[in-house]
Amino acid sequence: MTLRTQLVKRALAPAMAPRSSASPLLSLPIASQRQRQRQRVQQRLYSTHPPNAKLNLPTDYSTTPLLYHTSQSALSNPELDPSVRAGKTQRMNLMQAVNDALSTSLSEDESVLIFGEDVAFGGVFRCTMKLAETFGGDRVFNTPLTEQGIVGFAIGVAAEGMRPVAEIQFADYVYPAFDQLVNEAAKLRYRDGTCGRSAGGLTVRMPCGGVGHGGLYHSQSPEALFTHIPGLKVIMPRSPLQAKGLLLAAIRSNDPCIFMEPKILYRAAVEQVPTAAYTLPLGKAEVLKEGADVTIVSYGQPLYKCMAAIKQAEAEIGATVELIDLRTIYPWDKETVFNSVRKTGRCIVVHESMVNAGVGAEVAAAIQEDEKTFIRLEAPVARVAGWSIPTPLVFEQFNMPDVARIYDNIKKVLEY
Amino acid sequence: MKNRLASVTRLGGLRKLNHGHLALAPTSVPISQRRHLQTFEQGPSQRPDSQYVSFPGAVKSAFCHTMKFESPSNYPALPTYRVVDQHGVVVDPDFKLDLSDEEVIQLYRNMLTVSIMDIIMFEAQRQGRLSFYMVSAGEEAVAVGSASCLSKDDVIFSQYREQGVFVQRGFKLSDFMNQLFANKYDPGKGRNMPVHYGSRELHIHTISSPLGTQLPQASGAAYALKMQDMQDPSRPRRVVACYFGDGAASEGDFHAALNLAATKSCPVVFICRNNGYAISTSTLEQYKGDGIASRGVGYGIETIRVDGNDIWAVREATKKARELALKDGGQPVLIEAMTYRVSHHSTSDDSFAYRAKVEVEDWKRRDNPIIRLRKWMENKGIWDENKDKEARESTRREVLKEFSKAEKEKKPPIRTMFEDVYEEMTPDIKAQMAQLREHMARYPEEYDVGDYLDGADSLKE
Repeated sequence: MTLRTQLVKRALAPAMAPRSSASPLLSLPIASQRQRQRQRVQQRLYSTHPPNAKLNLPTDYSTTPLLYHTSQSALSNPELDPSVRAGKTQRMNLMQAVNDALSTSLSEDESVLIFGEDVAFGGVFRCTMKLAETFGGDRVFNTPLTEQGIVGFAIGVAAEGMRPVAEIQFADYVYPAFDQLVNEAAKLRYRDGTCGRSAGGLTVRMPCGGVGHGGLYHSQSPEALFTHIPGLKVIMPRSPLQAKGLLLAAIRSNDPCIFMEPKILYRAAVEQVPTAAYTLPLGKAEVLKEGADVTIVSYGQPLYKCMAAIKQAEAEIGATVELIDLRTIYPWDKETVFNSVRKTGRCIVVHESMVNAGVGAEVAAAIQEDEKTFIRLEAPVARVAGWSIPTPLVFEQFNMPDVARIYDNIKKVLEY
Repeated sequence: MKNRLASVTRLGGLRKLNHGHLALAPTSVPISQRRHLQTFEQGPSQRPDSQYVSFPGAVKSAFCHTMKFESPSNYPALPTYRVVDQHGVVVDPDFKLDLSDEEVIQLYRNMLTVSIMDIIMFEAQRQGRLSFYMVSAGEEAVAVGSASCLSKDDVIFSQYREQGVFVQRGFKLSDFMNQLFANKYDPGKGRNMPVHYGSRELHIHTISSPLGTQLPQASGAAYALKMQDMQDPSRPRRVVACYFGDGAASEGDFHAALNLAATKSCPVVFICRNNGYAISTSTLEQYKGDGIASRGVGYGIETIRVDGNDIWAVREATKKARELALKDGGQPVLIEAMTYRVSHHSTSDDSFAYRAKVEVEDWKRRDNPIIRLRKWMENKGIWDENKDKEARESTRREVLKEFSKAEKEKKPPIRTMFEDVYEEMTPDIKAQMAQLREHMARYPEEYDVGDYLDGADSLKE
């Protein structure tokens, strides 16, 4: 493990433990010095890598080609408006990029409100830092601890024509709000018909995914529960630049958006981000790397693992692999995926959440259902995802997709 | 823009100060700027020899030296405010009539409209001409009375038994019928079950079936109105009125809504129709303690319990509640209106499976909001048997006229089932629409499209 990732993990620790709804962690007795030492050792144990590992190495975010390490490369992104590309960039981590997007939206649109548990002091992940001071407590405020209330409240705000950005402290705690999201936010426009009201202004942000020590209730990635719901847009950014552009697009969008932020990237992923306001397209996947023999479809943090696996596979096997970031997980960009698979004939879908009825199932089914794509398949579509179990604490490295499993599946689909 | 980024780059500094962990932010902050970040407002603290608890959660609680558990049974139930008794006689000496005779008669007629429409539509459902219906017999005064005291710009979230609110705000009989028959004029485009009315013009949000979801939405909407009215002080200030039943108050959304509205000072009037039943479950099994009103007090909300069969009490309480809701920058108010669900829950329910017919008949005869207002009007000499008969007959004719008009209209185009899922139709939904069109073209005998406007043609791109 690099020093940087160690620091990231430790920096996340205090925010992870307390203040989550009904988290029992607060009541734990204070550990003795010795216990604490043991805990530290243990923590290192289950987040470090085996000494002889060649594949399952920690992600080196400082060199990964998935991040823009220079201002020039960031500004060369063809999806950015020419005026943005003529501007400046600033080095930001994903948390800062989210903060920048929120700050931008508050200054550009007086109907934007931001609220959730602990957001006034900056939020447990610091994404709303300084916003209450800068934009006032009427527009950026704390709510009581009630996820169903937060989302219901936000839907009411949106139904009256404003643009609420509600924060759910952890994606693991969104379930009390499920009714409001599924039955209300997603269906409001449909239900209202010619009356024309909707929850379109609504964006619900939530940190998601594994961080190495989140256990059952600080590691989940429940995107597939929302990708089943027509009416919602489900988005997950892979990097700071993506986070800013996609979040601004979500806030400006007239459809309700679930914006899931891989919390391990809050501090780990650092890149050059344009300082101007800009949006990136919703519903559009991005080909991150072209290849001829295998297509990997993923989103969020596993993209970094895919990239590492691809590097290794390409060096050893000689085949080339195409990597696609879905970005918007629903409604997803079938065209980009189909075009790629028609070219490569092989496809692997990678995500952290459980494999059963997950996004991989949807992508695989859509691929085999599309006649023009099915006919080009050289191997069954593979899925590398979390097992069909909850997210256990000390077993995370065996549960989440890792470089070795992705690498192995590249080999398998090529050897089929 | 520059300022904003400057604040972003300070992130690292604050992080470090707060938690003692190194952050990855590239720029550090000069010590002089850091210091102010560490100052916090003085919170409550426990002083020596204080007679009161000063913990943050209980700032005004006196210490006592006798151990005693509070028992709810030691407190009398909150009283029920009443202006006019069962005989139509005014019992509140402070009551001042603020309506003309014509206006009173209009309130009565609106209640009558609801009642007569209910009887006809319930029967229509029994005849198989309508898929579903919900009547509101016994609860007409709560809906009509409260709605008559709101401003026309106030925003309403209702449950599903507030036809009276719609009538009072100007929803026409044709509007009701178009929705009930889900025809091409139904604003809900034939998607919702009957009685799920809505009107943007009348500022009433479209009804949704899940119980209680409207409550936190009402708090949020009230907060939005407050912000908008603050941003544009020239417009008249508005409140939200939110209706729900005694059963819905058991949902988490109710508690979330009251707590949020109280803590965020939202100008919202929560109006509970406590009609004694949630389908078959009586309030005896729904809650313990002093009804819904006591919950309001628990959340720090101004609360009143009123006789829901007394339209005057409902009106007086709503008028005052609206005033309170706008006081001091806004606050929620809770009205618990006590009434009785004379009707079955819906056309899918036969309530005599769980309650005695005699109980219902007794309520119908003994205390009915329409009869009570009629008595008051007769006592005042502005209404009589003949007028009543004429009003009932003309309303009935009106309802039947609109009924048969709406029943004959075509259903909305099939295409509308694919619309309004998103602001723009997605490529996926477009493809599915084409798929359905092709399939129906291959199996034309299997589908009856004659009732729908433009038949299968509407599915064309």
